[in-house]
Amino acid sequence: MAIFDEELQSLKEKVLRMGLLVEAAIRDSIQSLIERDSELAKVVIKRDHQINALDVEIDEECIRLIAIRQPKAGDLRFITTTMKITTDLERMGDLAEDICERAIELNEEPPLKPYIDIPRMAQISQGMLIDVLDAFVKRDATTAYDIIKRDDEVDHLTVQIFNELLFMMIQDPRGVSRAVKITYIAKYLERIADHATNIAEMVVYMVEGRMIRHTESQ
Amino acid sequence: MEVQIVEEKREIETRNLNFYYAGNVHALKQITMHAYKNAVTALIGPSGCGKTTLLRCFNRMHDLYPRNRYEGEIIFQEKNILSNGTDLISLRSNIGMVFQKPTPFPMTIFDNIAYGLRLKGIRKRADLSERVEKAIKNAALWDEVKDKLNMSAYELSGGQQQRLVIARALAVEPEVLLFDEPTSALDPISTAKIEELIIDLKSSVSIIIVTHNMQQAARISDWTGFMMLGELIEFGKTDKIFTTPSEKLTEEYITGRFG
Amino acid sequence: MNLERKRKLESLTALVLSTLAAGFGLFWLIFILGDVLIHGIGALNISLFLHDPTPAGVTGGGLRNAFVGQLLITSCATLIGVPIGVLGGTFLAEYARGTAISRVVSILADIMVSVPSIVIGTFAYAILVRPVGHFNGWAGSVALAIIMIPVVLRTTEDMLSLVPWTLREAAFALGAPYYKVIIQVVYRGAATGILTGILLSIARVAGETAPLLFTSFNNAYFSLDMNRPIASLTASIFQYAMGPYDDWHAQAWAASFIITLFVLAITILGRLIIKWRYK
Repeated sequence: MAIFDEELQSLKEKVLRMGLLVEAAIRDSIQSLIERDSELAKVVIKRDHQINALDVEIDEECIRLIAIRQPKAGDLRFITTTMKITTDLERMGDLAEDICERAIELNEEPPLKPYIDIPRMAQISQGMLIDVLDAFVKRDATTAYDIIKRDDEVDHLTVQIFNELLFMMIQDPRGVSRAVKITYIAKYLERIADHATNIAEMVVYMVEGRMIRHTESQ
Repeated sequence: MEVQIVEEKREIETRNLNFYYAGNVHALKQITMHAYKNAVTALIGPSGCGKTTLLRCFNRMHDLYPRNRYEGEIIFQEKNILSNGTDLISLRSNIGMVFQKPTPFPMTIFDNIAYGLRLKGIRKRADLSERVEKAIKNAALWDEVKDKLNMSAYELSGGQQQRLVIARALAVEPEVLLFDEPTSALDPISTAKIEELIIDLKSSVSIIIVTHNMQQAARISDWTGFMMLGELIEFGKTDKIFTTPSEKLTEEYITGRFG
Repeated sequence: MNLERKRKLESLTALVLSTLAAGFGLFWLIFILGDVLIHGIGALNISLFLHDPTPAGVTGGGLRNAFVGQLLITSCATLIGVPIGVLGGTFLAEYARGTAISRVVSILADIMVSVPSIVIGTFAYAILVRPVGHFNGWAGSVALAIIMIPVVLRTTEDMLSLVPWTLREAAFALGAPYYKVIIQVVYRGAATGILTGILLSIARVAGETAPLLFTSFNNAYFSLDMNRPIASLTASIFQYAMGPYDDWHAQAWAASFIITLFVLAITILGRLIIKWRYK
């Protein structure tokens, strides 16, 4: 039905909009850390409610479409994966919020060390999110597979950052509080990358019908 | 719930089946498929795709009309039923059929159901009564007609008449029951009753059903075959066909993107 | 407003005209029946049925031989004509369905229904009276049967065609051979219609005179011998009406009344059967 196609298109656009809001939140949260801009952090925290509202709106629309349009095959997989993707996106938004909260706390103290790895992690995670949104819209499973591979790099960086900070904490105990908070931020970024990986796996299922979640990555 | 198909044995299968209507109209093209025992196999597809034509090959109904021609094989009980030596009378009491419009005979309810039994030579009143009662119970109609067996069949409602017809087919205890759009002439409640009945029946009879209602095929069948223009495009487990079909044409039909 | 009044006027006019027409037709029916009854009431007594005719010129007597003869001839005609008609109609509707020959035979039957009965009488004369050498009852029955056959055949064919094809398929699908499908299912479905056709054909031939004049002729005596001329009511009415005697005339009127009543009764019976069956 033509109207159903329009509804599916509109759903896709909403997911894209939500994804872009999340991407902006991550970007701005890291920026608020690096440029020590707590005002920006507060703005990001406030903006999170927009992301949550979209999550609810998209879920309700998906349920309505299931009841009314009785989707099957490709349409069914699209709608059900959309519901799961928005959950991951919403979590990513919450994680950006958490980064902002740590940033506000860190900005009240002198900087511990120049941030090098954190921005790199952020860049990779942001890149994964942008690419997976692209793969979702274009129904591109190949890109989705690539994104899953990049998660390893983020995991390595996390370990690297932790080791570095651990060394610094042993050297100078006065920096422990700040070091721990930076560790948290690294953890948040790692989980953001994990959520992006989840979304990529859902995109593969949506396009190919193959469930690769919870299996060994190729 | 679902009867677990422990050992999936084939009940009836076609091999490279071709069918030509009088005048060499090539209606079925190289159909190879199988229906399993104690399962419901659905045939879906747009109008004119050949699903009813295929169904009517199984009990050789096409033989009633001149100059129809079969090619290929249909294997049932280890024999090719398309061969010339096949006894059509006994074939049709092993493979029964229920049609789209309820077709009770102009007789009492009892005589309707006993018709097939009398054809087979069963005459004694006691035997007939017992088997008639069993068939009506299996068709979920007993409570409604048990004290009205001598009433004319035409006094039943449409949904009841269709269940009567099912009982009539069940009375001769066939191996296979063919359903040709059995609920398209019925209201939603009667339709639901007959769908329930079909699900119950599959534990004793193998069922092949033609339906133009995709949702019905999804509801009651274990296996689904999608046909178009005389060809079998895809055949597989119903769950898979409706979530992850392999063929693009199947996907398009199921999601309503064409006809 | 004007349009509405015009429509009402048209409606009223149509109603009045059709009522008048119906009344006109009904009037003549009642008039004829009444006229016949009035003229024949004098002779309408039990002796009409119990006594044979008296010699010419002698008053009294009845028409027992004619009633019995009419019954005999009509029964034999029915026994000959109905099976042929029903089986023929079955053949056309079932085995020859849709073929060219069935269309041709159908059309011929329709034509035969309108052939003047006197022509059929002369035909029966040629084949069953001349060779035998004298008038006989069988020729009369055959003549009537020839009139009945097309009526029964067409009705049977039409009634069988009305039985939906899916009903036959359902019987086939249970494993029935074709002849059983016809006898056990199709005939049962068309039974009422076929019966009505038979009744109507009987009504048709009950009042025939011309064919009998050439075949069974008439007989002044009581006889059950079909090999010789036999009395019939219609022939007797003709003879008595042409005759010079008054009591012959009265008896002719009475016999006419009986026949008319008989045909009316059978036709109404046919209608009632249909009404009862399809209510």
